[in-house]
Order: sequence, then C-alpha cells, then structure tokens
Amino acid sequence: MDFITDHLLSLILFFPVFASLVILFLPKEQIKVVRWAALLASLVPLGLSIYLWFAFRPSMPGFQFEERYVWYEAINSTFHIGVDGLSLTMVLLTTLLTPVALLASFNIQDRVKPYMILFLLLETGMLGVFLALDLLIFFVFWEIGLVPMYFLINQWGSEKGERVIWGGIKVQARNYASLKFMVYTMAGSLGLLLAIQMLGVLFGDYDLPVLYEKWNALTSGTILGLSVSTVKAVAFWAFVIAFALKVPVWPFHTWLPDAHTEAPTAGSMILAGVMLKLGAYGFLRLVLPLYPVEAQKYAGTLAFLATMAIVFGAFAAYGQTDFKRLVAYSSVNHMGFVLLGIAAAAKAAGTLDAHIALSGAVLQMFNHGLSAAGMFFLVGVIYDRTHTRNLNEYGGLFPLVPVYGGILIFTSMASLGLPGLNGFVSEFMVVRGTWPILTVYTAISMLGLFFTGAYILKGIKQVLHGPVNKRWVDHISEINLREVIVMVPLMVLILVIGVYPAWIVDVINKAVTMLF
Amino acid sequence: MQFPVLSIIVFTPMVAGLIILLMKPDRKTEIRMTALSAAAFALLLSIWVYFSYDKIAAGYQFIERYDWMPMLGISLYFGVDGMSAPLVLLTGIVMVTGVMISWGIDDRPREFFAFLFILASGVFGVFVSLDLFMLFFFYEIAVFPMYLLIAIWGWIQTREYAAMKLTLYLFIGSVVALVGALAMYWTSGAQTFDMLALAAANFSPEFQRLWFPFVFLGFAVLGGIFPFHNWSPDGHVAAPTAVSMFHAGVLMKLGAFAALRVGIMLLPEGAKFHMPWIIFLALINIVYGAFIAMVQTDFKYVIGFSSVSHMGLVMIGFATLTPEGLIGAGVQMFSHGVMTALFFAAVGMVYDRAHTREIPKLGGMAKPLPIVAVAVIIGSLVSMGMPGFSGFVAEFPIFMGIWKTQWLIAVIAAISIVVTAAYVLLVVRRVFFGEMPAEFEGHISPINVLDKAALVFLSSIMIGLGLFPALMVPWVQSGVQYVLSLLGGV
Repeated sequence: MDFITDHLLSLILFFPVFASLVILFLPKEQIKVVRWAALLASLVPLGLSIYLWFAFRPSMPGFQFEERYVWYEAINSTFHIGVDGLSLTMVLLTTLLTPVALLASFNIQDRVKPYMILFLLLETGMLGVFLALDLLIFFVFWEIGLVPMYFLINQWGSEKGERVIWGGIKVQARNYASLKFMVYTMAGSLGLLLAIQMLGVLFGDYDLPVLYEKWNALTSGTILGLSVSTVKAVAFWAFVIAFALKVPVWPFHTWLPDAHTEAPTAGSMILAGVMLKLGAYGFLRLVLPLYPVEAQKYAGTLAFLATMAIVFGAFAAYGQTDFKRLVAYSSVNHMGFVLLGIAAAAKAAGTLDAHIALSGAVLQMFNHGLSAAGMFFLVGVIYDRTHTRNLNEYGGLFPLVPVYGGILIFTSMASLGLPGLNGFVSEFMVVRGTWPILTVYTAISMLGLFFTGAYILKGIKQVLHGPVNKRWVDHISEINLREVIVMVPLMVLILVIGVYPAWIVDVINKAVTMLF
Repeated sequence: MQFPVLSIIVFTPMVAGLIILLMKPDRKTEIRMTALSAAAFALLLSIWVYFSYDKIAAGYQFIERYDWMPMLGISLYFGVDGMSAPLVLLTGIVMVTGVMISWGIDDRPREFFAFLFILASGVFGVFVSLDLFMLFFFYEIAVFPMYLLIAIWGWIQTREYAAMKLTLYLFIGSVVALVGALAMYWTSGAQTFDMLALAAANFSPEFQRLWFPFVFLGFAVLGGIFPFHNWSPDGHVAAPTAVSMFHAGVLMKLGAFAALRVGIMLLPEGAKFHMPWIIFLALINIVYGAFIAMVQTDFKYVIGFSSVSHMGLVMIGFATLTPEGLIGAGVQMFSHGVMTALFFAAVGMVYDRAHTREIPKLGGMAKPLPIVAVAVIIGSLVSMGMPGFSGFVAEFPIFMGIWKTQWLIAVIAAISIVVTAAYVLLVVRRVFFGEMPAEFEGHISPINVLDKAALVFLSSIMIGLGLFPALMVPWVQSGVQYVLSLLGGV
C-alpha cells in the first residue's frame, strides 16, 4: 500500500502507457478484446484519482504527493510532479472523461488497436501537463499530447468534406483540420519554448517553485541587453499566446471549429473536454504566478479578448448550420468565461472578488469539460444514425427518439446555464467575482449570455422540434444502452454539481485562496 | 596489457571485407552471413566500450599506442572520450542495420559489402584516432569507397554526377584541412602528430586565428556546412540505401566530429575568434535547409535537405562554445545519425516496391507497410524535435547554448522547428495515408523480418534516448568538460 501512496501520481500518469504497451501485443483481429482492455485499463487511473481526491488534504498549502526523479541532469531538469487543488480537479476530469470517451468509441470498426493505443497515450500526455512541476516536463507533455490527437483527427476523422486551400487545391477536410491544429499549436508554442529556454539559461533550473521565486525576485537591471521589464513583457506575451491558442481565445480560435468538427466523436469529446483546459491551466499554473505584474498590467486586454470570445463565440455558434460546428463554437463562448475570471483575478489579485472569479473559472473548466464532452457525444450519436450534421435536415425528431431528446435537452440546459445544473454555478461565480473588478466587460459578457441561450435553443429546436422530417420515420433508432451509459456519469455530475457544488468548490476555493 | 578492444573494432570490418572479397561471388548467402556477423561483432564490442567507459574518470580511455613511423612522430594511437564513445556506438548500429536492410542486394553483393566495410573501418578509425595523421588516414579511407559505392550501385540517373561531386568536394575539403594540420605539425616543434601533445602546444593566437578557418571548414564540408552543403543531398539521393544510411547517418558526423576535434580542440583561440560567422553560416543551414526540404517532391531529397538543416544544429551547437551547446551537439550527432539511418532505410523500402520516390505519385503505403509507416512517423517526430524523442533531448540544450550567445539567433533558428513539423507531417501523410494509386494495388510486398528488426531497433533507440536522456548525456557531458577546459574553462 505504501508503494501505491508513494507513487500514486506516477501510477496515474503512466498506467495508460503501460496499458497501451500491453494492447500493442494483443491480436488486432480481436476487436472486442482490444476495446475492453483499453476501457478497463482507463478505469484504473480513474479509480486511483478518486482515491487521490479523498486522500488529498485541501487545507494544506503547497503541493502534495510530490515525486521527484532524475531526468535531464545536464540542464538541471528533474521529473518533478505533484498536485494541488487546481491540478487535482483537472486530473479527475481527465481520468473521468477518458473511459467515457473510450466507451463512446466502441463503434469504431477501423484499426481499433492503434486507435485505442493513441487514446491511452493521449491521456498520459494530458495528465502530464496537469501534474508537472518542472517547466521543461510541462512543455514535454504539452507538446506530446498533440501527436496522438493529430493522428486521431486525420485517420479516424470524418471522411466527408473537402476544403479548398490556396491555389484552388482541394484537400480532405480532416487533413486540413489536423495539420492546421498541429501547426497552429506548434507555432503558438514556439514563443513558449523560447521563453522557457531563456528562463532556463537565466536561472539554470526548471523547477517551478524555484522559478516562481527567482523570476519574481528579478525586478530591475538588464537581461540580454534589454531592461527586465521589457523582457518580462515579451515573455509574458509568449506564454499568453501559447496558452490563448489552446483555450482558444479570440482571435486565435480559428483552428478549433475545424479540428472539433473533423475529429471522431471521442476525439472531439477529449479535445473540448480536456485539451482546451490545458491552455486555461497554463494561465493558472504559469502565467499568473510567474507574471503577476504583467498580468495585472494587461488584465484589461485579456478581459477584452475574453469578452470578444464570449460574444463572437455565441454569434458564430448561432450562425452555424452544422450541428457539430455549433457545439464547437459554443466552446469558444464558454471558455471565454474562464479567461474572464482569470483576467479579473490578475487585475485584483488577492481580493475576495478575485478569488470568487477564479474559483468560478476553475469550476467552469470542470463543468465545460462535462457538458462539452456530452454535447459532442450526442452530436455523434445523431450523426451515426442520420449521417448528416446539417441542422436543416433534422426536425421533429423528439417523438422518434424521446430518450435521446431528453438527454439532449438536459445537457444543452447545462451548457446554457440553467440554475440547478452545473453551468449556472460556475458562470454565476465568474460573473459575481468579475463584476466589481471589470464591470463593463462583465456587462457585455452577460449580454453575450443571451446569445448563448439563443444558439442552444436553436440547436434543440432544429433537431427535436418542428414538423417531423418524414425522411427519418422508421429510419432512426433510439439511443442504445451503451450510449446511455456513456452519458450517465456526465449527467450525474452535471446534476450533482448543480445542486450541491460545495464538495468541489471547497477544494478549488482553498487552492485559489492559497495561491493567489 | 589490456585487451585491445578499439583496434579490434576498427579492423574487424576491414578484415571481414577482405575475407568477403576472397569468397566466391555466387555464394551470396554466405557472404551476407559473414557481413552480418562481422557487423554484429563490431556492434557488440562498441556497446561494451560504451557501457564500460568510465564517465566519472572521463578523459581518454581504452588507450592503445603502437609506433608506426617514429621518426615523423606518427603512431597508431587510439582512445575514446565522452564525445566519441556515442559515435562509435552509432557507427556499430548503422553498420548492423545497414547490412540487415541490404540483404536483398543482388548485384555483386561481395564487392558491395567489401567496400561498405572498408568504409566502416575508416569511420571507426576517425572516431577513435588520437593521432592527427592517423585521423586523416582513416578519413580518406572512409571517403574513397563512397565514390565506388555510389557510382556502381547508385541510382542510375544521377550516380556518376553525384559520386564525382561528392568525392571532389570532400577531397578538396580534406586537403584544405590537411594543410592546416601540417602547419600545426611544423609550428608546434614537437615533431609529433599526437593530438594530446598538439593541444598542449600553446600555439600563438595569431597562428590559431589564421589556420582555424582552414581546418574547421575543411572538415565541416563533410558536415554539410553552408555554402558547401550541396554535395550532400545529391550524394544521399544517388547512393543505394545502405550507403545513404552510412553517409547521412555516420559520415556527416565524421566531418562535424573532426571539425570539433581538430579545429576547436587544437585551436581554441581561433575558435573563439571565428565563431560569430560560423554561427551565422550554421543558422543559414538550419533555416534554409528546412525551407528547401519543404519544397522538394522527391522523398529522398526531402530527407537529404533535412539533414542539412539538422547538421546545422550540430554546427551551431559547437559554435556557441557553451556547455549546453556542446552537449546538445554531441547528442544531436547521435540522434540525427539514428534518425536519418531510419529515414533512408524506410525510403529505400518504399522505393524498392513502388519504384518511384515522387511524393505526389505515392500514397496509402501504411496499409501494406504498417511498420515502415510507424517508423517514419517516429523519425518525423524526432526530426521536428518533439519532446519525448531523442531530437528534443539534443535540440533543447543547443538552443539554450544559442540563448547564452545571442538570443536573436535562437529566435530565428526556432522558425525551422515549425517548418520541419509542417513538411514532415505532409510527407508522411502523402506517402503513407490517403488513397493508394491503382497501379500499386497488390504490388507492394510486405517487408521481411530483417527489415522489420532494423526499423524497430532504430526506433526504440530514439524513443529510449528521448525518455531517458541519462542514457547518453553523462557520456557527452564528460567529453564536453574536457573541450571546455581547452577553451579556458567556461
């Protein structure tokens, strides 16, 4: 037992890799065995992180369950991992969504083995970002998660669809989307990489607690022939752009609708559910602690970008005729609130309002993970039956698929922010916290919420209500048991957090109060 | 007397080559088996040398010295340090995998393996020589068989041109370097080619500044430094698969390594003086090489130009003269060697089956050749410097070294990372995924067990090194400390 507690985080982090190695040696014809092996394997990290959740002591400051191993001695980078309240929440979200997404991929028939292996590797990549306490290790996992996702999109993405690129050349939409995703993210991370190198050269160390202290202690003088404040401002923006691209924040969001739309259903679930949080987590773990002064200085700009994301995200979602694109743009809209909370916390660090806003933002990350994964899954369910995502081709499906309809409405309402469900709690907390700090932006964002309501209702109306489209009568089947089981854990958590949020808010709030 | 492991490593391929020449040409299987066992023997010994090298004691180890021509001060003087031990290992690895994937060569395999092995002896010799004359001697042995290997077994369309171009470039380079070496010999007054003695000779700064460019650039030609790089893509493309693997995988390192050992280590003052413009040349290598690779349509040219770009990183790592830069360059030599060997092996396998390397004409190869596809993907990730693979372990410290020297260079060089990512992903997708052209349907035979073993072996080395830098970095680090001590300590 001691072994498990002492190495709990490594076990959570590397169990998926171990499982994928085992799966590599399973016969590829045995599709069922491969699927179940992957699903059961992904339940192990979930079990361990539930244990972690209860063993974690929220009131204790600093990181817990820390582990440290030699990694790259020559440049002083150690394999240092640990959790606090922020990362704990994200670890739970990741380990929860992975089995859910794997169960959702049971309908994949083509090359099941590599698919499952990539998915498990993806889980390790994402968990590594949340657990890393060494800047270089953070970057390693940050980049490595891209690779499985790239292949998931361009190998198992939707087969239909073409994009015309410059010169009138036509390419398959999934190829276009996956390359755009990869190149955007890598290009965006370039500044981050360079800034990390600079920090490493300055301090000869990559350990985050050490960097927090030393980098913040450096306030005057010159680095590389430039004044410290200039260098810090440039490095701040290098970090911000890398993370803003991932969140994604307007105007860096354009890869998102493509990638989300073309990815296979489970890929979109993880992309929206967890990968976007990597960016927001980067703000919390790196940008705010490393650049408190710059963050305060540029908080207005961040809030402006967040507001634009909220308003334009909602408008863009409303304008879509493709159901999956609508859900994709809704992510831009919802993640805008996360950034708004962060901007407020940056502006008024240390105040009660800031803590409320930031706790709301973290909770919103968790909540959006649940509802976005659910929404993408439900889009996938209807697509599997109708082979279209065009909203105009649905209509009046409610009487044909009443259970599906109910689940869709429930999940949409969570996304809309209906009181009693989880989205309301977190958005309310964000807005409550930001109002005194960034009043104008908050007011505009709240107007944006009207359009959130509008596009969600539009989605529901086009799919479920209106005259029955005769085409689907007798051609559409009800949601099956496996698909319901996928939705159950998401819906239960949506409801539980909506009714009794204290259990999770407590952990988040204590962490936020101690950190910022 | 201790076991003379280094001379055995150096002369095993040569002896094996001679034995092969004595065999009957039509007994092809025996020839191949002899070649494989000799290569495996050399690899095992180099693994043994690598792992029994004492990194804490550092310095030159496994030293052997036999007088060769005492009146001129020439001796057969072997030893490895932390810089050369990984390269000896690399040569062993490329040699074994090169033989494995050349199993199918049917045109005069006897002569092919004999020349290849003479070349391998030369390469081993350069890496372990501590005598300047012997270093040149082995250097020429490594370069000359290349001409025959390309001109006889190469790609029919360009082989004569490419072989001639390559040999002339390299000979001119080595002659220029030789002039510098002779100048050192005369000026030192010690009547010796012993490099340890020459390093202690304290050449005057003026002498070092004058001769450094000759020596460094002379060797750096083989390392593919801009503007003397353009023999290399032509040579790579024209060479048969195993030779391309040797060529890009090991021979280019030979140039870089000799530039370090003779140029920087013997003329440290000159190195300090000339480094600014060498950094600049290497930066052109990195960025220009990446862009040129992007516009190629021939699969093999893509890899050829990407080598130019990656070797630029080695050169720039040297040129920073910082601990990080040198460590990174040392690891990059190994990592890039394994990576290009894998790339050329994979390209060869595709070409043998499709009979074309034009990327637009290929497609869907992942279905009949899944292991080749996975191996190329892993190679691509290494080449774009993806964390978790050996390329990152090498490139990251190089960039740190550049930051210490001139931050603007680091920012510019970083562009190549994105460009590389874009083109390797595009190539992988076009060659291995998508629709397979109808003409290939049913014509793509699966690869054999030796090919698979070679690819898996090379891929696992890159992943292993990426996940556990401690498998190589301490070796290189111990070598770098000595280099830095020559530079007056940093």
